[in-house]
Amino acid sequence: MFDDDRVFKALGDATRRFLLDLLFKRDGRTLSELEAELTMTRFGVMKHLRVLENAGLVITRRAGREKLHFLNPVPVRLIHDRWIDKYTERQVSTLVDMKTTLESKKWMPVKKRA
Amino acid sequence: MDAGKKASVTTKIHEIYIRSTPETIWSAITSPEWNDKYGYRAAAVYELKPGGKYAAKATAQMRTMGLPETIIDGEVLEAHPPRKLVQTFRFLFNEQNRAEGFTRVTWEIEPTASGFCRLTVTHELDGAPIMAAATSGKYSEKGGGGWAWIISDLKSLLETGKSMSG
Repeated sequence: MFDDDRVFKALGDATRRFLLDLLFKRDGRTLSELEAELTMTRFGVMKHLRVLENAGLVITRRAGREKLHFLNPVPVRLIHDRWIDKYTERQVSTLVDMKTTLESKKWMPVKKRA
Repeated sequence: MDAGKKASVTTKIHEIYIRSTPETIWSAITSPEWNDKYGYRAAAVYELKPGGKYAAKATAQMRTMGLPETIIDGEVLEAHPPRKLVQTFRFLFNEQNRAEGFTRVTWEIEPTASGFCRLTVTHELDGAPIMAAATSGKYSEKGGGGWAWIISDLKSLLETGKSMSG
């Protein structure tokens, strides 16, 4: 069930956000693949994945013997629509654009002409 | 679940809970009187039987942008109203899209407790990176667009009578 509290709680942890970022980069990973990216016990990773699953942010599917993990972006979308869009969309997107530009390698300070 | 068996690294799964009935959600997906009221607002016609045609028509605004009359085509593979629909799905916006060929979309509607239904859209995107990017919302401004936006808008329409896309 979509539940803002569960989603916010699930997102309120750096390891869980890291797991979501991993799935964003490449979906359909196994527990072993995810575990390999973290310095944490298998049990610890499983616990975090369960929190993400309960919040609807991660969906699992069986593929043969393996259990694959998929990112479900919809709860984040709903939070965006409910909380970001309503109050601060314009300001936030300007800041995000600025951050993206400043952090990208393409950005270079303008050289003064001699 | 057969969509699950085919899950791979290119599969995308979108899941949402909607306070509605399976019948209403089914109509909202499959009938052109409903499916032009949310998301990109392109009316889509389904021939709801295996081998039946699927075609989404460009809106007047899309036509003025030079898009063809049919912007997405495909075939119905399975139709089990009001619970499961499996179809193929191909963009026809341009030659690159057409060349990627057909992908497969599975819609599943599962009633849960307390009057909600879980709608799951599973998109198998093997060999279709352009469509994968487009349906993830990558090309739209403000991070919108794509399946997450479409089904959030569907939820909004069914729960409040109003879509977000205006």
